[in-house]
Amino acid sequence: MKARLDEQTIALRAAREFADGSVVNLGYGMPGLCADFIPEGRTVFFQSENGMLGYGNLASDADKDYEMINASDQPVTPLPGMCFFDSAAAFDMIRGGHIDVVVLGAYQVSEKGDLANWGRPGRPATGMGGGMDLAAGAKKVIVTMLHTTKTGEPRIVKKCTYPLTARRCVGLIITDLAVIEVTPEGLVLKEIAPDWTVPEVQALTHAGLKPASDLKEIEL
Amino acid sequence: MTVNKVFKSCDEAVADISDGATIMVGGFGSYGGLPINLIVALSRQGAKDLTVVANMGGVGFELSKRIKPGGYQDLGILFEKGQVKKFIGSVPALGGMPPDSPLEKMYNEGKVEIEVVPQGTLAERIRCGAGGLGGFYTPVGVGTVVAEGKEKKVIDGKEYILESPLTADFALIKAHKADTMGNLIYRRTARCFNPVMATAAATTIVEVDELVKVGQLDPEVVVTPHVYVHRIVEVKR
Repeated sequence: MKARLDEQTIALRAAREFADGSVVNLGYGMPGLCADFIPEGRTVFFQSENGMLGYGNLASDADKDYEMINASDQPVTPLPGMCFFDSAAAFDMIRGGHIDVVVLGAYQVSEKGDLANWGRPGRPATGMGGGMDLAAGAKKVIVTMLHTTKTGEPRIVKKCTYPLTARRCVGLIITDLAVIEVTPEGLVLKEIAPDWTVPEVQALTHAGLKPASDLKEIEL
Repeated sequence: MTVNKVFKSCDEAVADISDGATIMVGGFGSYGGLPINLIVALSRQGAKDLTVVANMGGVGFELSKRIKPGGYQDLGILFEKGQVKKFIGSVPALGGMPPDSPLEKMYNEGKVEIEVVPQGTLAERIRCGAGGLGGFYTPVGVGTVVAEGKEKKVIDGKEYILESPLTADFALIKAHKADTMGNLIYRRTARCFNPVMATAAATTIVEVDELVKVGQLDPEVVVTPHVYVHRIVEVKR
């Protein structure tokens, strides 16, 4: 079995997409790891939909304040210049296009950039939280996920079979095998994990991948 | 003449909540901003057939031990006691947890109805209800199950769906400080859904960490004006 990238490395690669001065929202799970990998020399303002802008790292046990949590219910630390607001204001910010980048997890992404990330068979009582608002409102949606399911099924598909979060919203997909851009012409394979070939990645992807003219190995 | 809004206990403050009432409950997740003392008082009071509007359905005491050692109470207690007939919110149950929360179990047994609402749409529906508006068009949910059965409209080439306002008979709210008139300020991310829900109920009941005299809150930083607040209970932290 060839090595795949681990979750930290996927998060590291995703965080490279954060421009200096950008406002970024991190979804539940793997996307939260991006907070640890801000490229040196860049300032990023993290927004959390429970009403906070400009927070710092995850809090150590000694500093945990359960009234100072990110949207994944993890205690975080304050930073100078940060601010708090209520949920309605938080989602004005999100729907109104004031979030530059959101990083979300996914069950499936389609070749058109449709996102399915909140409901799965056998769990009818789960909800989308702020995912639909973020997917519809952020300027750029990045998905970080494993390329295939636990049973080896491709997550990048022609058409999503799981309940949709939003249509045609995903701009970039970063997995343990590849970096894929969603374009009007289809999915473009921009970067590939070390030692993997294009046919091998394509074999694990239901939707067609077009290798970019400057296709390269994922730089770590 | 001023009405006395200060109640001695959470039990007294929730005593008249009747069967069939619609109740908004502030907070965000399973802790942090949740008016937990009012929730527990309502579970003791026993009102049934409630419609509960809250962001999250809670994980319940057993599952909470996976989040914090020793566990804690959350909204789950109301489902555990069978007091709720309908839940309206954005996260009835967490997909990352086993399907054992009180709400998910009750739902799977067909004992409670769920209306799942995107989180920002939930906040805006409550703001709409509070502000006397008849609804709003949002792009959130277009092309998904959320859009089913709703009016659709294209505005400047973009698709929207019509969402309706939400109000409640009672709101249970957590604030940091109140003055005895009912002006409120919040603390950090415990603000979340509390200010918007505080404005949307016929009767708003607030638990606060600290009750102060009128004049002791800076009017420039008051978040919820006293006109929205009807009952206050101090629960010292």
